[in-house]
Amino acid sequence: MLRRILAITQKEFIQTVRDRTTLMIMLSMPLLQLILFAYAIHMDVKHIPMVIADQSMDQASRSYITDMVRSDYFDIISTVQGEADVIHAIDAGTARAGLVIPPNFAAQVDRGSANVLLLVDGSDPFTTQSAYNAANVISQTHAITLALDDLSRSMPAISSQDLSPLTTHINILYNPDLKDLWFLIPGMIAMLLQTQTIALTSLAVVREREAGTIEQILVSPIRPLELMLGKTLPNLLIALINMLTIVVVGTLAFGVPFQGNFPLFLGLALIYVFAGLGLGLLISSVSQNPRQAQQLNMMISLVGLIISGFIFPRYTMPVVLQGIGYIFPLTYFIPIARGIFTKGIGIEFLWGSVAALTIFAVGIIFFAARLFRQRLD
Amino acid sequence: MTEIAISANGLVKTFRTRKGPLNAIDNLTLEVGRGETYGLLGPDGAGKTTTTRVILGLLSRTGGQSSILGFDSMRDTYAIRERVGYIAQQFVLPADLTVIENMRFFASVQGISQEAQDARIPELLAFAGLTDFTRRLAGQLSGGMKKKLALACSLIHQPQVVLLDEPTLGVDPVSRREFWSLLGNLRAEKGLTIFVCTPYMDEAERCNQVGLIYKGRLIAHDTPSGIKKMVPGHLLEFKPAKFVPARDLMGGLPGVLEVQTYGAMLHIFVEEAERGRRTIEKTLGSHGLEWSGMRIIEPRMEEAFISLVSRQEAQDHDQ
Amino acid sequence: MPKRFQRLSALIRKETTQLLRDRRTLMFIITLPLIELFLFAYAVSLTVYHLPTAIVDQSQDSQSRAFIQALVSSTYFDTTLSLQNETQVVQAIDAGQVKAGVVIPPDFSADIERGDANVLILLDGSDSFSVQSGYSAASAIAQSFSLNLTTQKIVHMGLASGTAAGSPPIVTSTRVLYNPDLKDLWFILPAIVGMIIQTLAVAQAALIVVKDREIGTMEQILATPVRPIELILGKMIPLLVIILLITAVILGLGVFWFGVAFQGSLWLYFWLALVFIGSSLGLGLLVSTVARTQRQAQQISMVLMLFSMLLSGIVYPRNAMPLIPQFIGDLLPLTYFIRISRGIITKGVDLAFLWPDALVLVGYCLVVLLVASASFKKRLD
Repeated sequence: MLRRILAITQKEFIQTVRDRTTLMIMLSMPLLQLILFAYAIHMDVKHIPMVIADQSMDQASRSYITDMVRSDYFDIISTVQGEADVIHAIDAGTARAGLVIPPNFAAQVDRGSANVLLLVDGSDPFTTQSAYNAANVISQTHAITLALDDLSRSMPAISSQDLSPLTTHINILYNPDLKDLWFLIPGMIAMLLQTQTIALTSLAVVREREAGTIEQILVSPIRPLELMLGKTLPNLLIALINMLTIVVVGTLAFGVPFQGNFPLFLGLALIYVFAGLGLGLLISSVSQNPRQAQQLNMMISLVGLIISGFIFPRYTMPVVLQGIGYIFPLTYFIPIARGIFTKGIGIEFLWGSVAALTIFAVGIIFFAARLFRQRLD
Repeated sequence: MTEIAISANGLVKTFRTRKGPLNAIDNLTLEVGRGETYGLLGPDGAGKTTTTRVILGLLSRTGGQSSILGFDSMRDTYAIRERVGYIAQQFVLPADLTVIENMRFFASVQGISQEAQDARIPELLAFAGLTDFTRRLAGQLSGGMKKKLALACSLIHQPQVVLLDEPTLGVDPVSRREFWSLLGNLRAEKGLTIFVCTPYMDEAERCNQVGLIYKGRLIAHDTPSGIKKMVPGHLLEFKPAKFVPARDLMGGLPGVLEVQTYGAMLHIFVEEAERGRRTIEKTLGSHGLEWSGMRIIEPRMEEAFISLVSRQEAQDHDQ
Repeated sequence: MPKRFQRLSALIRKETTQLLRDRRTLMFIITLPLIELFLFAYAVSLTVYHLPTAIVDQSQDSQSRAFIQALVSSTYFDTTLSLQNETQVVQAIDAGQVKAGVVIPPDFSADIERGDANVLILLDGSDSFSVQSGYSAASAIAQSFSLNLTTQKIVHMGLASGTAAGSPPIVTSTRVLYNPDLKDLWFILPAIVGMIIQTLAVAQAALIVVKDREIGTMEQILATPVRPIELILGKMIPLLVIILLITAVILGLGVFWFGVAFQGSLWLYFWLALVFIGSSLGLGLLVSTVARTQRQAQQISMVLMLFSMLLSGIVYPRNAMPLIPQFIGDLLPLTYFIRISRGIITKGVDLAFLWPDALVLVGYCLVVLLVASASFKKRLD
C-alpha cells in the first residue's frame, strides 16, 4: 500500500516541480501576504486628513485644535471658511473629517455653552469609526480638563485626584500594544493552509480527470484513498513549508512572539491539513471541470473567510450562520491557532476544538473516498 | 507547367528551448502544384506540423520564403486564411458546441452570407455524412465523425487549398478509408489542392506527390512510384524459422544492401535479385537454419521510407 | 466592415452559447456574488457589540453595581459569567469562554468616596475586532462614569453654581455624513460591487482565453481570417453583459432588499461601471498572455484578488499605507472604482468631483485593451 502511495506521490511531485511558474506562485504567496499585512495594513487608523473651519481664531479654539492634532489621529490639511466648505472637501474626498468651531468660542467656553461640530466621512468604515471615537474622546477630555482647571482655580484647596475618583486600568492580554500583525498571523496561517490544501487538492484530481490520465490510474490496483493520499502529499509538503515560512519570518523578522508549544501546534496543524484535503477531494468529486472546482474553492475560501471568525467575531453572527461555520475546518482551527500561537495555552483548554477537528478530518476523508469511487464507475 | 499552389524556399524555423536553439525546419524547399494532392511523410517529430503551421502563417519563420497561392505566409496572412482550409492535428473544434453550431460559427467567421450558409451547410453535412447528427455536441462525436466535421468546417468557405495535419490520427481503418474517399471526391470534383501530413504509408500512396521529411529536412520528394524507385537494388522477402540468428547473419553478406524486419518476415535489399537469393539460401542452409516463402517483391512505400530514413541516419552519423 | 461585423457576431454567439451551456459554471458565476452579498449583510458587523464578559465584583455594593450596569447598558458588553478573582478571569479568557473581564476590588464605594478607586478591565488580545471595540467602549464608558461621579461630587460639595458644573463647558455634536446611523452594509455595498466585478472579470477573462489555448481550439480559430481584436472583443462582450447583469442584481438587492440608499446618478454609475468592467476584463486578458495553463491563470487571478482586497482601499484605508503598497494599489482598476462607487452610491456626488478617477479609468481601459490586443498575436508563438 505504501509503495503505491509513494508511486503516486512521486508522479505528483515531478509534475508540481516541473510547473515552475505555479510552484513559484505557491511558495511566494504566503511571504507576499505577510509582507503586505506587515507594511500595508493598519486597522487602527491614525493621521486622518482633516479640514478645520475655525471661525473664532481665539485662544480657546487654538488650544482645542492643538489637542486634536497632538493626538496623532488627525492631520490638518487645510483651513476653510465654514461648514459648507468642510462638506465640499469631504465630498471631493480630500478630507475624511472636518471640524467647525463657531465664532466667539472662548466666550462661550467661559459661559459653559460652547458647541463644536465634527463632521465625519461615513463612506469609509474604518476611518469613520476611528475618527468618530478619537474625536469624541479628545473633545471630552479637553472639556473635562477645562472644567477641572476652572474648579481648581476657584477652589485651590481641592486636588484633581479628589475630583476624578475612579481610575480604570485596561489590560490587554497577549497583545498589550495591539499590534496588528500579532492578531493576523495565526489567522493567516489557518487561512493559508485551508486555501492551499483545498484548492490544490481539488484541482489536482479534476485536472487529472479532464486530461484522461485518471483512467490510466484507475485500472491499476490502487484504492481511492491511496490515490488521494498520494496525490495530496506534495501539496501537504508545500503547505507545511509555507506555514514554516510564515512562522519563521513572522517571529524573526517581524518580532511576533510564539507563545505556545510549537510541536503541539505542528501536530494539530497536520490534522487540520488533512481535514482541508478531505474537503478538497469532496469538491473534486462534485466538479466536472477545473473551472467549476476553482469556483467552488473561491466560494469556500470566501465563506470561510467571513464566517469562521478569522476576521469577524463569530459570536456576533446570527445562529444560522454560526451553524454553517461548523462546515469549515477553519472554524475549529482558528481558536487552536490563536490559542497556541498568541495566548500560549495548552491542549487542556483546546480539547473541544481538537476533538471536533479530528472527527471532522476522519469523517470527511472517508466520505470523500466513498463518493470518489461511486463517481468513477 | 502547372501553376504553383504552395511553395517553400529555404524555409528555416528555430525554436528556442532550454537546451539551446533547435532547428525544427532546416532549409526546407518544396512546391505543390495546383490540383495536386501532396503528402508530407515523416516519422514523429520530423517537423511535419511545424512546416504546416509556418506555411499557413500560424508560426513565424526564422528564415527563407513560403507562400500559398502566391500570398506570402507572413505578410498576407489574412489573404491566405480566407482562401485556405485547415484541420489542426488534435480535435480542436469547440467541443461544447453542436455540429450545426460549429458549422455556422466557422461559416460566419469566414464571412459567408446567411443565404449562402443555408445552401452550403446541408450540402457539406450530407457530403460528410453528418446530416443525422446536427444537434449533437461536437465533443460527443466519435473520432471519425469529429474529423469529418472538421473537414466540413474547413471547406465551408470553398477554399482552393486545404492543409490537413494528420487528419486520420486515432481514427479506425473504415473511417480512414471513408475520409480519404471524401478527399478523393473533392480533388476530382473541385480541383482542390490538398496538402496532407501523415505518418501512414497507405495514405501516402494515395497522393500524387510525396515529400519525405526527416529532422526538419526534405530528404526526398517525388511521385509515390518515384519514391519507391529510389531504393537501390531488389527486395527479397522470406520467413525464417528462427528469426534472430537469421537476421544477424544477413547483415554481413556480400551483395546485401539493407535488412528490414517486417513482422515475422525479413526484407533484404540486394544488388541483384537471383544472385542475392542464392547467397542467402546457401548461407542459411550452411548454418542449419530453415526458412519458407522466399520471393522477390516490389518495394512498397513502407520499405522505401524506412530505407531512405535509415540511410539518412547513417549519413548523419558519419558526419 | 460588414464582414468584420459578421465575424465578431459569430464569435460573440459562440462564446455566449458556450457560456450558457456550462450550466454549473454559470450558476457559480451568478450565485457567488449573491452569497457574498448576503454573507456580508448578515454576518459582518464592523463594530462588535455584546462581547461575552466575565465579572468579578468583590464589593457587591451600590457603586460597583452601578458601574457594571453602565457597562451592560452600553450593549457593548454582555455579562455571561460571574467569577471570584482575576486569576479565574484570565483562565476564562484563556479557555475562550469570554472575551473580556471586569475586576472590581473590595470596598469600591468607600474607595470612590476617598477618591482612589481602581477598576481592572481585561481584554482578549488575540481577536482584533473584539479587542478594539472593547477597548474603545470600555474607556469611553469608564470615562463618562467617572465624569458623572466628578460632577456629582462637585454638586455635592456645593462648590460651584449648578449650571456650569452640571455639564462640561464644550459639547461636541458629531455628524456622520452620508451614513448617519453607521449601518455596516452602507459601508460595504459600494465596495462589494467593485470587488465582485473585478474578481469575476479578471478570472473569467483570463480563463476563457487560456482554456481555448490549452485545448487547442485557438489554433483552429487562428487559421481563419479572424483578427486578434475581433477575437478579444468576441470573448469579452458576453462576459461584459453577464457581469453587468450581476452588478444590476447586486445593486437592486442592496437598494430594495437591504435598504441601502443610492444617492447619486444611476446613469453615471452605469457608464463608469461599464468602463471599469472593461478595464478589469483587459486586466484578465493580460493575465492570460502571461499564464500558459488554466492553473496558472487561476493562481495569478488569486494573487490579484489578494492585492485588490488589501491595497485598493476596499477594507483598509489607503492613506495609512506606505508608498510602495499605495503605488501597487494604483495599478488596480478597483482602486479608482471604489472611490467612484462610494462617491456615487454613498455620497451622491457627480462627475464634478469624480472626474480624475473617471479619467484614469477610461485611460486604463483603453491602454489595457490595446496592450492586450497587441500582445495577442495572429500566430501561435
